[in-house]
Amino acid sequence: MSNNATRHGQTEIVTTHEVHHDEHHVHHHKETFITKYIFSQDHKTIGKQFLITGIIWAVIGGLFSVLFRLQLGFPDTKFPILETVFGHYAAGGEIKPEFYYALITMHGTVLVFFVLTAGLSGTFANLLIPLQVGARDMASPFLNMLSYWFFFLASVVMISSLFVQTGPASGGWTMYPPLSALGQVNNGSKLGTDLWIVSMALFVVSSLLGGLNYIATILNMRTKGMSMTRLPLTIWALFFTAVLGVLSFPVLLSGLILLLFDRNLGTSFYLSDIVANGQILPNEGGNAILYQHLFWFLGHPEVYIILLPAMGMVSEILSVNSRKPIFGYMAMVGSLFAICILAFLVWAHHMFVTGLNPFLGSIFVLLSLLIAVPSSIKVFNWLTTLWRGNIRFTPATLFAIGFVSLFISGGLTGIFLANSTIDIHLHDTKFVVAHFHIVMGVASFFGMFAGVYHWFPKMFGRYMNSTLGYFHFWVTMIGAYLIFWPMHYEGLAGVPRRYLNLAPWHNFNKFGELNKMITIVSIIVFAVQLMFIFNFFYSIWKGRKVRHQNPWGANTLEWTTPIRPGHGNWTGEIPEVHRWAYDYGKDGREFIPQTEPIGKDESKHH
Amino acid sequence: MQTFFIIAILFFGFVITFQIAKASEYVSVLRGEENSRKQNNKINAFLLLAFLVIGLIGVYYCNERLKGKILGESASDHGEKIDIMLYITLAITGFVFFVTQILLFWFAFKYQESEKRKAYYYPHNNKLEVIWTVIPAITLTILVGFGIYYWFKITGPAPENAMVVEVTGSQFKWEYRYPGKDGQLGKKYYKNVNPGEGNPLGQIWDDPFNHDDVYSTGEPLHLVVGKPVKLVIGAKDVIHDVGLVQFRMKMDAVPGTPTTMWFTPKYTTKQMIEKSGDPNFVYEISCDQMCGQGHWGMRGEIIVETQEEFDRWLASKKPQYALAMEKMQPAAKPASTDSLNKQSVDTVKRIAAINK
Repeated sequence: MSNNATRHGQTEIVTTHEVHHDEHHVHHHKETFITKYIFSQDHKTIGKQFLITGIIWAVIGGLFSVLFRLQLGFPDTKFPILETVFGHYAAGGEIKPEFYYALITMHGTVLVFFVLTAGLSGTFANLLIPLQVGARDMASPFLNMLSYWFFFLASVVMISSLFVQTGPASGGWTMYPPLSALGQVNNGSKLGTDLWIVSMALFVVSSLLGGLNYIATILNMRTKGMSMTRLPLTIWALFFTAVLGVLSFPVLLSGLILLLFDRNLGTSFYLSDIVANGQILPNEGGNAILYQHLFWFLGHPEVYIILLPAMGMVSEILSVNSRKPIFGYMAMVGSLFAICILAFLVWAHHMFVTGLNPFLGSIFVLLSLLIAVPSSIKVFNWLTTLWRGNIRFTPATLFAIGFVSLFISGGLTGIFLANSTIDIHLHDTKFVVAHFHIVMGVASFFGMFAGVYHWFPKMFGRYMNSTLGYFHFWVTMIGAYLIFWPMHYEGLAGVPRRYLNLAPWHNFNKFGELNKMITIVSIIVFAVQLMFIFNFFYSIWKGRKVRHQNPWGANTLEWTTPIRPGHGNWTGEIPEVHRWAYDYGKDGREFIPQTEPIGKDESKHH
Repeated sequence: MQTFFIIAILFFGFVITFQIAKASEYVSVLRGEENSRKQNNKINAFLLLAFLVIGLIGVYYCNERLKGKILGESASDHGEKIDIMLYITLAITGFVFFVTQILLFWFAFKYQESEKRKAYYYPHNNKLEVIWTVIPAITLTILVGFGIYYWFKITGPAPENAMVVEVTGSQFKWEYRYPGKDGQLGKKYYKNVNPGEGNPLGQIWDDPFNHDDVYSTGEPLHLVVGKPVKLVIGAKDVIHDVGLVQFRMKMDAVPGTPTTMWFTPKYTTKQMIEKSGDPNFVYEISCDQMCGQGHWGMRGEIIVETQEEFDRWLASKKPQYALAMEKMQPAAKPASTDSLNKQSVDTVKRIAAINK
């Protein structure tokens, strides 16, 4: 990747204004190893901490999926190595059902919360918010540091739950009671589930501390001239993500606390009329479905907490690399806002077959399908952004394009599931698995990869190896479709989720070959992710050095900082902003940074 | 050994790819980074187009390979409605899928970086944006309209003449109760559950409606062809789900909160065997809600038969009340704790058997 092509468009900007109230220009305080890398209050370091912790979790969560894919693809084969590693959980080289359910539960929990929430928005909100709004750090660097360390604690507790004697939580990542409430019906619902709840509580604290900080920073700490409508779309997306998190995570926490009470204090919030394993329980009057309402009140916004940051980064990256403004900036912000509101009003579409009042169900059909409107606005706007551009295919661009492709595919299958009539048939089948993995799992990962490749030079002052980047993209893209596209057919045939062996089933036991293929592809894709991680760490120390302040020729403020910015980001004053972030290709200029004042002869602003 | 080879192959593949990638970086420095960047750009633009073409062929191939394995004709009246809704949605989303994916990859290929082109400054166009807000909105209105219409048909009250059967899930089996001649299920209370005394569902024997109710487990659920059936669904321990693939029906079984669903079976099991050409065809009940480690094997069967066959079968069954009374009469010892223990031992054995 050379910088020559992009350099000519840049003009040296001298900011001569004297209006900054920000007195502390550079932080010269002494930093020890501990304050610089461990208990750091620098948002950039905290972002990297989130990213690296997220990567570790992604390897663990991904490895779990490879293990249970082995079971699904090769139900009759024995893998003695599994017994060597996992002992009685895989006695005889076969994955035991108990272990299988622990694996899927942890896979879901880890990837949804620890990787795609903390690892994704934790990383990029921390890295990008101060840099792109023009602030020296977050509103409260200390709370920000706490946010990471609460996440770290949550991680420690979750990891420890893997090693307790009765095994980790194994009631599915949604942790529905009574299964999750009663130790006598499920081994994983013993100590493992208590640890799961404690870990999630710590996680909620982390996410609230982070979220409040992101909101405060975006609202209060924008540099001079940075009106809300001049914010890059990344920041808008991260803003709405934080709002979603702050309003919905507490509801999850309350639901989990009630579950904790039911488990340990003999309350009956979710329990009623239960004969567990021959034992008649005294609990009466509770309602198991109540938990599902509380859970999905977070659970649905959660998928947007995962998706919105990816959308924001993809918007930014597509615009920078097609050398064109993002099409329909206000529509993009508006659709983010609409998604954010609707995210709170659709939770019961996960519950169409729980015995929900059909009238209530119909309201949720309407509201759920409504989300397709802002989503399609976004897709068409991305397409128009590419149209008549001059596109540079960096690995980040490819992942952004891949994101759009996956978002379309997975979004469209959502239209099936949001319609309660079809959901009766498809509910809790492999169709659902395929749908949400494509639209929220893989697509968000693609947004995350795009972000890592794009902002790696800002994070570490070096480039990642782009040949490996291309290889990573193509294998992952092809692999993702090979894994999840045919899985829809299994779902249409009614194959339920969370079945570890289809052999007992006359109507389902016909996908042996398909499941084998999916398993092999997922192993390959997992191996290539390890290669990405290798590339990541190798490039931190050995990557090609960044020699140009603005390697992608981008307009946003992070590229006005030094190549390796210190704590405080800008050495001099914080730059002033004079325009929106998307003046690419305007008046024959390749790009016009946000810091450049509007010229006299410049054509009218957007 | 095999595992070792696979790991070794992966490892070497890893090393080789990495070395190639590193070498390519050096080569690009030697040849001039700008040139190699442009070359990479062309290659990737081409690959995006190739991905589109091969991907579309793959979609076709995948459909050819797998379309025979998804379920054939629906075996219930409600299932027909669900299938119609599925096809309407498939047509609309399929159209959108092809148009948008083709545009995405075609634009990416067509507008790859070129020195001859300048990117076109095109920040917004209100007319276009209104168009692609309104058109999806109208399309979705259609989908919502059809969807809700069918939804209310399916979830509406069951017809008066519907037969009632109770289905109860517990780890990891299904139990059924038929109302007998009076057509009414008797009351039950979960604290009466006592399989040792012949009361596995906790029926209240004082309720006369209970006296002719027939209990059955470990054998298929019997339904009558062409006759609407309303299932009253419950669970004893955790949430289960009655999933009936051929009927396209599904409803959770929630402890403490009974649910219902109704449908009309269209074909007897025998007819389905003929239609599908599969001599082993069987209607299955699958548990679709994660219910513990035996979840994947929580299987039930359904026999759909004619009214005469059903009546003959039901007549061959003794009401559970009679069975329980027989059990109680000869030795009136209070066997409660014993039987409970025995039952839990049985359950453990069951789990062990399923999970072996």
